[in-house]
Amino acid sequence: MAIYQRESFLNRLADRMGRARRTEAVERPKWNHQPQHRVLSGLSQDDLVEVLEKQCAVIHTVFRQTSSSSLADVLKEVIASYGGKQLITAKDARNETFGLDQLYHQLRADGVETHVWEAEKGKENQVIAERADIGITFSDMTLAESGTVVLFHDKNHGRSISLLPQNYIAIIPKSTLVPRYTQMAEKVHRQIESGQAVGSYVSLITGPSNSADIEMKLIVGVHGPVHATYIVVEDR
Amino acid sequence: MGIKIGSPSFKERVQEGVENEFMRSAVSSAQGRFRNGRLNAAEELGNWEEWRSLGEEIRSHTLENLDYYLEQLSEQVAKRGGHVFFAETAEDANRYIQEVVKKRDGKKVVKSKSMVTEEISLNEALEEVGVEVVETDLGEWILQLDEEPPSHIVAPAVHMNKEQIRDTFSEKKGYGASSQPEELALFAREQLRQEFLTADIGITGCNFAVAESGTVTLVTNEGNAEMVTALPDTLITVMGMERLVPTWEEMEVLVSLLTRAAVGQKLTSYITSITGTRLDGEVDGPEAFHLVIVDNGRSKILGTEFQSALHCIRCAACINVCPVYRHVGGHAYGSIYPGPIGAVLTPLLDGYEDHQELPYASTLCAACTDACPVKIPLHEHLIRHRQIIAEEQERGPKTEKWMMKGYAKWASTPAAYKMSSKMARTALKPWTRDEYISNGPGPLKGWTEVRDFPAPEKENFRSWFKNRKKGDE
Repeated sequence: MAIYQRESFLNRLADRMGRARRTEAVERPKWNHQPQHRVLSGLSQDDLVEVLEKQCAVIHTVFRQTSSSSLADVLKEVIASYGGKQLITAKDARNETFGLDQLYHQLRADGVETHVWEAEKGKENQVIAERADIGITFSDMTLAESGTVVLFHDKNHGRSISLLPQNYIAIIPKSTLVPRYTQMAEKVHRQIESGQAVGSYVSLITGPSNSADIEMKLIVGVHGPVHATYIVVEDR
Repeated sequence: MGIKIGSPSFKERVQEGVENEFMRSAVSSAQGRFRNGRLNAAEELGNWEEWRSLGEEIRSHTLENLDYYLEQLSEQVAKRGGHVFFAETAEDANRYIQEVVKKRDGKKVVKSKSMVTEEISLNEALEEVGVEVVETDLGEWILQLDEEPPSHIVAPAVHMNKEQIRDTFSEKKGYGASSQPEELALFAREQLRQEFLTADIGITGCNFAVAESGTVTLVTNEGNAEMVTALPDTLITVMGMERLVPTWEEMEVLVSLLTRAAVGQKLTSYITSITGTRLDGEVDGPEAFHLVIVDNGRSKILGTEFQSALHCIRCAACINVCPVYRHVGGHAYGSIYPGPIGAVLTPLLDGYEDHQELPYASTLCAACTDACPVKIPLHEHLIRHRQIIAEEQERGPKTEKWMMKGYAKWASTPAAYKMSSKMARTALKPWTRDEYISNGPGPLKGWTEVRDFPAPEKENFRSWFKNRKKGDE
C-alpha cells in the first residue's frame, strides 16, 4: 500500500517548527491531569446498571432488565412490540449460551423471517439487513455513563445489523458494563501495545439516531435506527 | 466552495446578517440551547477545568510532535491496507481524489459532513469530472439543495427555518408533506437511503485519527457517516493534518470533550472507528481505503505564536457564546469557519488581505476563551491579529492613522486640550436636544446613527475638580 509525498510534507513541518525532523524517541508524556479515571470509579456492577438505566431516559432508549432464563421471553416481547416481521442478528456464540438459537428457531416457525449473519453470503447480508425491521446484537462492552453499546465488528457481525433496520435491540450481559469510554479505550490501547490488531470497524452506539439540524429541534430517528431497546441480562 | 463565502464586502455581509430577523432569532435561540447543553454537561462532570487542562496538554504535545505522529499514522494505515496521500495544497488533494474516483470508476459519491472538504472545494472538483456528489448530513443536504454555504460548523443550516426547508424540499425533490421537522427528516431518510445503497464511493472528514493504530474516528448523531463508511466499496477520508492523537486513550478524552462542548451530550449517538480496509470475509466497510492528509496553509501557523489555533477540535463552543456571532450570523464572516475561531484561523489560512476585518468582529469579552475545551486563548490571538494588522501590515485605515497622529499632537499640548474641552459644549450646541445628540456631525455620525450621544457637561472635569477642591477647604 502506498504512501505519497510524505517526506517533503513532514520535512516542511519540521522546518516550520525550527527543528530537525522527529522520527523516533517521542514519548507520550504522563499527563498532569487525569480526571477521566475518577468518573464512576469504585461502583459495583449493580450500581452501573442503575447509572445505565437513568441514562437510557436521556438517550430515548427503552431499558429492560432480566435474568438469563427469561431473556428469550423478554426479547420475544420486545420484538412483538416493534411488530417485527424480519429480523437480522450477528453470528455470535452467545446466541447459544443464552438460548436464543432456540428462540430464533421458534420465531422462524411462527413466520418471522430471522437471518443470522453468514459471512459466506457476502453482500446478500446487507440486502437482508436493509429489508429487516429489527437488528439485534449483543454488546461487547457497555459504557454506563453515556449509555453506550460497544460493538467490535468482524466477519460474523456486520455493521449493517445495528444500522439499517428501523429498530435496534442490544442485549447487554451485566458483566460487559464498565464506567465509561476510558475503560474501553484503555483496553484497545493495551491490545495494540501487546501486538494485537484492532478490528477494522469498531462502533459506539448510544441510543437511536437523531438530529437537531432543523431549527435546533431534536428529531429522534434519522438515517440509523428510529427506536432502540437495551436489555440488561444476568450473565450465564 | 473554498474558505471564502458570500459577498466581498464585510460591511455588506454584516448588514445582511443584522437585517435578517429570522436568522438572528434562530441563532440566538440555538446559541442558548448549545450553551446550556455545554454548561450542564460540564457541571455534571464536576471537574470540567481539569478536563480542559488535560485537553490542552494532549493537543500541545501532539502538535509539538506533529511530524512524528503523522509518520506513525501513515505507517499504520498502510499496514492495514490503506493508501495515504499527503497534500500540500487544496489542488493537490482534489487532484488525487479525482484520480482515485476515476480509477475506481466512481459515478456517485456519498459524503458525510466535513469542513475540510468545504475548505478545499472538493465537491466542485468532483462535479468537474462528472461525478455526482450527495451530502448526507441532514443540514448539509438541505444546504446542498438550496445551494447555500454553511453558517455554523456543527449546525450548518442553523440560519434556516422549517418553512424554508420545506420549500426547498418541494422545489428540488417534489416533497409534498408538512413543515414538521419529523416529517422533513423522514423524507430525508427515505431519499438518502437510496443514495447510500447506490453510491460507489464514500467520502468522510475526520474528527480524530489515531497514530498508534492508523484508525479514523467519526463523531455523529444521524448515522450517515456509518452508512458512508459501511456501504460503498471505496472510502476516502480527508483530514486536516492537525486532527490526530497519539493513542486511543487520548482520543477518548478529546471525543468526550468534543461531544460535551459541542452539543452537551456525554457521547453522540455514533462514534465510529475505522482502521484500514475490511478484513477477509467481512462484508461491511471499504475494500479500498484512502486517507488524504491536508496542509493547505496550516503549516504556516506551526512554530508561530498562533500555533495553538491548530489545537482546535471544531466543537463550535466559541461560536455558541460569541455576542458578535449572535448578531451578525455565520455568513457575515465571509469564511466557512465563522465565529471567534474563524476570525483567528481564516486570516492565518487565507491571508490578511481578504479577511482583515475579522479580528475586529469581536468584543474581546473572552467568552470564547473561557468556553474552549482545549483552552485556546482565542481573544488574545484576536488582539495579536489586530496589532499585526495595525502595525506590521500597515493595513489600518489611512484616515484613522492621520486622525491618531492629530489626536496625539492635540492631547499632548495642554493648552489645546484645555481649550477644546471647554469649547466642546458650545461647538456641539446646534446638534444638542435635551442634553443628547441624536444626529451628530463628522466622526459622531456613525455613533448617533444607532444611539444617542450625551452632550458634553457644562463644566469640564478640570474646572469641576478645581472648584471642588476650593469648596472642601
